Amino acid sequence: MNNLTIEELLDKYPFVTGYFDENKIDVSKYMDRTFEEYLRDISDEDVENWAIDKDKLLEDLEIYIEQMVEFLGIEEEVGVNSLTILSGYDKSGIKEGFDEITINKSEIISIVGPTGSGKSRLLADIEWTAMGDTPTGRSILINGQQPDKKWRFSSNNKLVAQLSQNMNFVMDLTVEEFLELHAASRLVEDVEDTIDRIIEGANNLAGEKFDLNTPITALSGGQSRALMIADTAILSSSPIVLIDEIENAGIDRKKALELLISRDKIVLMATHDPILALMANKRIVIKNGGIEKIIDTSDEEKKLLKELEKIDKTIQEKRNLLRDGKKLSII
Amino acid sequence: MNLIIFSGPPSSGKTSIILKTIDALKKRNITVGVVKFDCLYTDDDILYEKAGIPVKKGLSGSLCPDHFFASNIEEVVQWGLNQNLDMLITESAGLCNRCSPYLKDIKGVCVIDNLSGINTPKKIGPMLKSADIVVITKGDIVSQAEREVFASKVNSVNPKALTMHINGLTGQGAYELSTLLYDEEQQIDSVQGMELRFPMPSALCSYCLGETRIGEAYQMGNIRKIDLGDEHE
Ligand SMILES: Nc1nc2c(ncn2[C@@H]2O[C@H](COP(=O)(O)OP(=O)(O)OP(=O)(O)O)[C@@H](O)[C@H]2O)c(=O)[nH]1
Ligand SMILES: Nc1ncnc2c1ncn2[C@@H]1O[C@H](COP(=O)(O)OP(=O)(O)O)[C@@H](O)[C@H]1O
Ligand SMILES: [Mg+2]
Ligand SMILES: [Mg+2]
Repeated sequence: MNNLTIEELLDKYPFVTGYFDENKIDVSKYMDRTFEEYLRDISDEDVENWAIDKDKLLEDLEIYIEQMVEFLGIEEEVGVNSLTILSGYDKSGIKEGFDEITINKSEIISIVGPTGSGKSRLLADIEWTAMGDTPTGRSILINGQQPDKKWRFSSNNKLVAQLSQNMNFVMDLTVEEFLELHAASRLVEDVEDTIDRIIEGANNLAGEKFDLNTPITALSGGQSRALMIADTAILSSSPIVLIDEIENAGIDRKKALELLISRDKIVLMATHDPILALMANKRIVIKNGGIEKIIDTSDEEKKLLKELEKIDKTIQEKRNLLRDGKKLSII
Repeated sequence: MNLIIFSGPPSSGKTSIILKTIDALKKRNITVGVVKFDCLYTDDDILYEKAGIPVKKGLSGSLCPDHFFASNIEEVVQWGLNQNLDMLITESAGLCNRCSPYLKDIKGVCVIDNLSGINTPKKIGPMLKSADIVVITKGDIVSQAEREVFASKVNSVNPKALTMHINGLTGQGAYELSTLLYDEEQQIDSVQGMELRFPMPSALCSYCLGETRIGEAYQMGNIRKIDLGDEHE
């Protein structure tokens, strides 16, 4: 790296522009020289004025390149096929009511239990790939093995993407600018195609359609949720998606989950919504901080789900009629 | 005694994170005390006191809080030792983005929040760039995508740091942070002779010394003029 000219460096590692931009480094006049030479020419006065640390900039560039190369490599690797939870203890120190549970990719598991029972704690154990070192004493295995610590600490290689309870946007950007920015941070190559797929996916989930020029802060609640789910499914590299009591008004819940699992994600969701809970094949019941039992969704429950979906569809239709200024009738 | 230096922009969530982290440390019977450094005002000491945490505060008043920090940290460490603390945490609100209170060989944690805007990592100097651990808060208010974009911006200005997302309200992630902070081996009896990680600006201008009058005749020392271009000349 140290012998390459900046031009050669950018040619070999195009993502280095991100490093230069964020660190306010203008290399345009140094394309045929090395980064070290660029740093050498910064005057002592500028070092003090702009709080520049030359040694750190050089050292950090090396670390940054290593991280990004590793990140690109992992994208191509086989990835995460299964997640296993090994039991720990509940809040009273009593062993949990199961030994282990394995969840495979494209599988959905729901988590139920009263507020304060430990649903979020379970999601946190997974995010942190617990190794008996969290308050629950649980351990998490990835592909049946003790996971690499990199999952805990790498900032661009997160094991877990979490859909937040409220999905507000705070950036002042259009949908397109926003997705471009996100795609750039994931080092996506075919940005345009990816953005098109996300918009299509999102519009498929939301009641009202939106386009690339809509400011993200002008999206309705349902549209934001739809965009976020499509974005997480398609753009996020994290193989596991955690959904903590997501609000689901205004989106097609079934299609949303289908989109996530069609992208080989492992989905865990804490919810009190029977339609969401029964869409999973299994549900984890949490009590007093521990997993009390794991219930397989029965055939009867699957039938009930069909009924609930019908009721839900009726409510949805009535809502649309109301919105269109129509009168409502029975049936 | 362990010493940990927390810093970060005003209202980024430092106190919330420190309180939740101390909760987790208390469960392991580790005694923690806090000293808050601020400029004109702080209520943080009341919050710590309420949580039963030994606390002192220092207001820098007319001084830069980070300069004030450097001139007082040794006394603060001695206070911590007298209190028989296992860990002393200092919290400083970073005000100008130019200075930072971190010392070499002492863990430095920067707390910044997702709401501050994606250009914030670019704006903050050594306070973010030379931290060992960067805690990003308020992830509950923004989308997963914004969290990812923000974290990648932080990573490009400080790739060496561990970046963690912690929710200051629920404390999700604070337990995990607590395991990274406490080090049984670290025994700090004094910080005498230790060095700042990054030098503070060395020069003074006349306004630092109490000048109030505006005009070139009154400006001395370190003077820097804004560049407005010369198209009007
Ligand atoms: N929604 C949300 N709010 C948070 C989070 N963390 C902190 N807050 C809130 O942000 C506000 C500021 O938090 P503090 O912990 O006082 O911030 P601080 O950095 O210590 O502030 P100063 O010491 O005054 O500079 C408080 O109202 C907190 O409740 C978070 O993760 N999510
Ligand atoms: N097995 C456990 N042992 C000790 N504390 C636990 C355990 N499970 C949960 N807790 C703690 O209980 C509190 C409430 O749990 P939380 O996950 O927030 O509940 P929920 O999301 O179901 O409302 C948290 O402080 C959490 O750390
Ligand atoms: Mg919860
Ligand atoms: Mg505070």
